[in-house]
Amino acid sequence: MSQTRFTEDHEWIKTEGDGPATVGITPYAAEQLGDVVFVELPEVGKSFKKGDEIAVVESVKAASEIYAPVSGKVVEVNGALEDAPGKVNEDAHGAGWFFKLEVADASELDALMDEAAYQKHVD
Amino acid sequence: MAMNTQGRPSRPVHAPDPGAYSETFSGSKGLDQAEPLIFERGDFDNCGVDLPEPKGLKTRLDGLERKSAIGLPGLSEPETMRHYVRLSRKNYAIDLGLYPLGSCTMKHNPRLNEKLARLPGLSDIHPMQPQSTVQGAFELIGELAHWLMTLTNTPCVSMSPKAGAHGELCGMMAIRAALDARGETGRRRVLVPESAHGTNPATAVQCGFVTDEIPADASGRVDMEVFKSKLGDDVAAIMLTNPNTCGLFERDIKEIADLIHEAGGYFYCDGANFNAIVGRVRPGDLGIDAMHINLHKTFSTPHGGGGPGSGPTVFSEALAPFVPVPYVIQDGETWAMVEHEQEARDLSGGEPFGRLVAFHGQMGMFTRALSYMMSHGSDGLRQVAEDAVLNANYILARLRGEMTAAFEGTCMHEALFDDTFLKDTGVSTLDFAKAMIDEGYHPMTMYFPLVVHGALLIEPTETESKAGLDRFCDTLLKLTEAARDGDTGRFLNAPVHAPAKRLDETRAARSPVLTWREDETAQAAE
Repeated sequence: MSQTRFTEDHEWIKTEGDGPATVGITPYAAEQLGDVVFVELPEVGKSFKKGDEIAVVESVKAASEIYAPVSGKVVEVNGALEDAPGKVNEDAHGAGWFFKLEVADASELDALMDEAAYQKHVD
Repeated sequence: MAMNTQGRPSRPVHAPDPGAYSETFSGSKGLDQAEPLIFERGDFDNCGVDLPEPKGLKTRLDGLERKSAIGLPGLSEPETMRHYVRLSRKNYAIDLGLYPLGSCTMKHNPRLNEKLARLPGLSDIHPMQPQSTVQGAFELIGELAHWLMTLTNTPCVSMSPKAGAHGELCGMMAIRAALDARGETGRRRVLVPESAHGTNPATAVQCGFVTDEIPADASGRVDMEVFKSKLGDDVAAIMLTNPNTCGLFERDIKEIADLIHEAGGYFYCDGANFNAIVGRVRPGDLGIDAMHINLHKTFSTPHGGGGPGSGPTVFSEALAPFVPVPYVIQDGETWAMVEHEQEARDLSGGEPFGRLVAFHGQMGMFTRALSYMMSHGSDGLRQVAEDAVLNANYILARLRGEMTAAFEGTCMHEALFDDTFLKDTGVSTLDFAKAMIDEGYHPMTMYFPLVVHGALLIEPTETESKAGLDRFCDTLLKLTEAARDGDTGRFLNAPVHAPAKRLDETRAARSPVLTWREDETAQAAE
């Protein structure tokens, strides 16, 4: 069963069963940033603690850090963003995903917001 | 009467539909001349200068000399002049109108500066000349250094840094050297307020530090509680701009200096906004340890006059021993340049952190800055700060009823607005800025500082008269009214009266074409 959780810093993390979790930024964040022109992705195999700076997203306005929503090891990155960073704007929840994490501690997910709580957070 | 048959039409004739002829055969539009790139205008086979064919030339390159043409465009002198003059007419300049670019201090550059900077004894010297032949230039550097130390009340200045960020590098390298000399290699955390210029954290990281951000409080200044909580024995320094990039004076600066010193760290002050306090506040009195001064902001020649900037860095007693070479010294009637670290150690017992530059500073900028200082005098410089702050507050007062000021109260040298006043108009800060181009103004700084949403940062400097400020404010108020009245076409299409229309910044960032190539450039244009 899949579920999507959200951070206060506008990242989403989607888990499916025991498989790795997919992470991206929300459509709200993508719209606020403006057109994304560059994405710096983490190294596959590297481990991060919750809250660590894990990726960088650059728009014509500014560069912003992406923080690890939970602790874990990077198992895959969305290499397509290197040539087509615009995918983040076009489909933030789908083709614009950033990386996949092997979650170290599933209980960290519970501390994140569900969709309704996130909607309230951005309103 | 003797009939004169030489009459000619001398009144305008009103032909129908003048708008139909807005396109021309040549592409030029009256004084707005169409101008291609110099590579497209030039002819690769020709050279603008006639030189005799060298006879009996022997190279020592042993067959490594270039075989093919280098591919530079060949134009005659008048063609070259016209190319650049035409381009300059498509551009905006401080000599053309108000240039309200916040944080850049685009003040008038007095012509007297230019006259003095062009004196052959200062402009035609070479850095490799014997020291005895450039005594005047050394004395000028020494005099300027004296003014900078006096205005900041500091005992030492490095004149070497060639721009603001280079001055930051100079200051932070001295701090690093001082920490190393104390054996405190564990102090590597540098506190940086979130409204800081991006060069501050970049410089700290370049010097091997890690940065730690301090948020702003509701008044737009350093949040003192957070600042205090971040102090510790691993803190190397704080980098603080005062007045800060929100155009506000950091009222707690003395307490910040005392606390960072108590914690064993140093105080780097970013002097980019010194223009607002020059002659009124001596940063040395506030406890700073290092501060760069953008000569090309505070002392005229904005943006380096289109050339190099200059960022001399002053130091406190604590950091003075680490000042880098080269620097000039006076020995009786004679001036000399200390170029080597060993020389500096022998002379003063100091421990310079290294040689910052091959050659000393920007002579042209030194001459202009000293000319500006001496022609204003100390009382005139004080008035510079007063007028700059007064002008910014005049703008803030005239606009804050219609545009939304980012913070309560008065400002220092720049007025900061957020984009709340554009909410639900369909017009963004960017659109608003582009419409200002159509009105004949260079836009203000926008989307900076990042702590304010859709920021519009306006810095008039002391250059502008009240009449000029009124014309500017009237225009902005009309634009605000137009946005509110739903006249969005005026904004979304802007600029329509500029030589270049709205640019595609996204495409420029995603697929930049950085080198001219006949085929690729043509393809990219399609």
